[in-house]
Amino acid sequence: MVKKFICGDDAVAEGVRLARPHVISAYPITPQTVTVEKLSEFVEDGSLKAEYIHVESEHSALACAIGVSSVGARAFTATSSQGLLYMAENLPYASGARMPIVMMVANRSIALPWSIYGDQMDSMFLLNSGWIQVYVEDAQEALDMTIQAYKIAETREVMLPVMVNLDGFVLTHTYEVVEIPAQEMVDNFLPTIKMPDNSMSMEDPKSLCISAGNTTNLEFRIKQQIDTENSVSVIEKVDKEFGDMFGRYYGGMLEAYQCEDAEAVLVATGSITGTSRIVLDELRKEGKKVGLLKLRYLRPFPTAKLAEILENVKAVGVLDKSISFGYEGSIFTNVNSALLQSGIMPETVNFIGGLGGRDITKQNIREMFESLLASASGEKQQTLQYVNVRCKL
Amino acid sequence: MERLNAKNLTNNELFYGHKACGGCGEALAVRIAMKILGERTVSVLPAGCMSAVSFNYPHMCFTNNAIITPFAATASVATGVAAGLRALGVENTHTVGFAGDGGTADIGLQALSGAIDRNEQIIYFCNDNEAYMNTGIQKSGLTPYGSKTTTTPAGKNLPGSITMKKNMFEIVAAHGIPYAATASIGYLDDFMMKVQKAMATKGTSYIHVMAPCPTGWGYPSEITVSLAKEAVDSGLWFLAEYEDGEFTLNRNPKEFTPARDYLKKQIRFKHLTEVDINTIEEHRDKTWARMRKNWMR
Repeated sequence: MVKKFICGDDAVAEGVRLARPHVISAYPITPQTVTVEKLSEFVEDGSLKAEYIHVESEHSALACAIGVSSVGARAFTATSSQGLLYMAENLPYASGARMPIVMMVANRSIALPWSIYGDQMDSMFLLNSGWIQVYVEDAQEALDMTIQAYKIAETREVMLPVMVNLDGFVLTHTYEVVEIPAQEMVDNFLPTIKMPDNSMSMEDPKSLCISAGNTTNLEFRIKQQIDTENSVSVIEKVDKEFGDMFGRYYGGMLEAYQCEDAEAVLVATGSITGTSRIVLDELRKEGKKVGLLKLRYLRPFPTAKLAEILENVKAVGVLDKSISFGYEGSIFTNVNSALLQSGIMPETVNFIGGLGGRDITKQNIREMFESLLASASGEKQQTLQYVNVRCKL
Repeated sequence: MERLNAKNLTNNELFYGHKACGGCGEALAVRIAMKILGERTVSVLPAGCMSAVSFNYPHMCFTNNAIITPFAATASVATGVAAGLRALGVENTHTVGFAGDGGTADIGLQALSGAIDRNEQIIYFCNDNEAYMNTGIQKSGLTPYGSKTTTTPAGKNLPGSITMKKNMFEIVAAHGIPYAATASIGYLDDFMMKVQKAMATKGTSYIHVMAPCPTGWGYPSEITVSLAKEAVDSGLWFLAEYEDGEFTLNRNPKEFTPARDYLKKQIRFKHLTEVDINTIEEHRDKTWARMRKNWMR
């Protein structure tokens, strides 16, 4: 086992190298660039035996990956922001074709106004694309999830593409010490790709990416929905297998931190959960009964598990780094729906923060918890609150 | 290379049972090409007539491997297919794109340009029927001047399409592509020879085949092949190759048959005035003067 001091983008590249994809199709966009640059170096120096295809756009990056996957080979691509939106039509295409493509998304704001900095407007836009979406907290998790993503995607009952999301700059460009697993161990964990049912072959020719009329189309989609829902158990199983082999467990669909006796819980995704832990530890020392729920997967959505953890909580806050204009943050919508379905009715608050890369400070997080504690003690709070705002509302 | 003709061409069909209109020129081009390309071919088709008529679950019309791509993505999906097969060590295969005129000259041009630039080992067919036929005859970048389409109506102010055909053949050649050709389903011997040449090419090849459409052009379905011939004979289409950096005119008629005769057989050109026909002929003559000057050795 080797330790390296690398950034989040590098960590993804290391994970990709260990996962040994056959083909990488890449088009540069900030802040994903370090990943595709690093991969080109790995291919050049021979440490990754893959074809590196310099496609002329993000649309072609994912289309090329679809071609690679269509013959049963392992594909990787990466993008961000405008690039993700530019390739958007290919996302439901890949999931509908049940292709186990893995794509890294460096979460970045979308224009307008232009900003290269991080929020989750890009991936949330594609929440309905049929891809499994996982959000990671640090560089180590980024590497580990890149490997796990292939294992989940290529499980025969799943056969769905996976999007590994990293917060732009805060995670993609921040340096941390990361453990690089041994290649032999990864090879044992992640066997050679096999796609017997949904790939073309010379021995068993197939027509792929077909049309289905209104007498059969709905059933294809129901099957996709059922398999996506059922991928939850595969995700949990893969997390356990990974932990048993590499010593790092992430909790599967979600991680509950100090939630057992909590009166107020903050639900968050990605890198902000790291800062939230520190604030939470401080508040716990002050005797405040607060908890943190790190949502790792947004699709499939862990409805039942989330409700189970929040069953006795009085106030639930959801931090969204995106907004559905004219409504609210989409994670908030999803959490509220999960609670309602489970018959749990805590007070809920939506914190909208980080848009366009606006910092979310420890003080901001402290204020969120304070608002939730006030809500838990019966003090009505504003449902939608903006974090770290620089103007008068 | 054995020259193919009606006698020695295989009777084996790889593309059949589809729902294309009677007299479809594009279906004929795909069928003939597939006979030559053979079973170890992956056919890559974007959204368009050919994919719409041949992939309707559970009724599949390619015997070989085939895939529909997003509209803009013929060349990029083909790139991935070829790379995937190479990576898996699957040898002696062909990866072939069959796109229409809109799928090639408009929405798919960027991906095609990228693939040629990378010199991907793919064969790309542009089956040109001069409009978006699958969606109901709308103008594309390859719709010729004076053609009436559902988005270029002919009226008292406009003669239908007011643009000439985008010069795809030379756009492709300008990339320095190893092999490019224009062809016609009216001259199948020439077309089949070009398919064979593309199969033997190392790197990207491009064949732009004129494929008349009875539904979109408005003519009786039994004259598809003779009309395709007439397009070439009247000089409104041409047979040429680009190979090793050189252009060759494969057919150089001493005298053109009258453009008017070709045009007036089709409802899409029925409204054309003498002035319009003169405009078309002038453009034709200018094009040929240039091709003869630059491409004849």
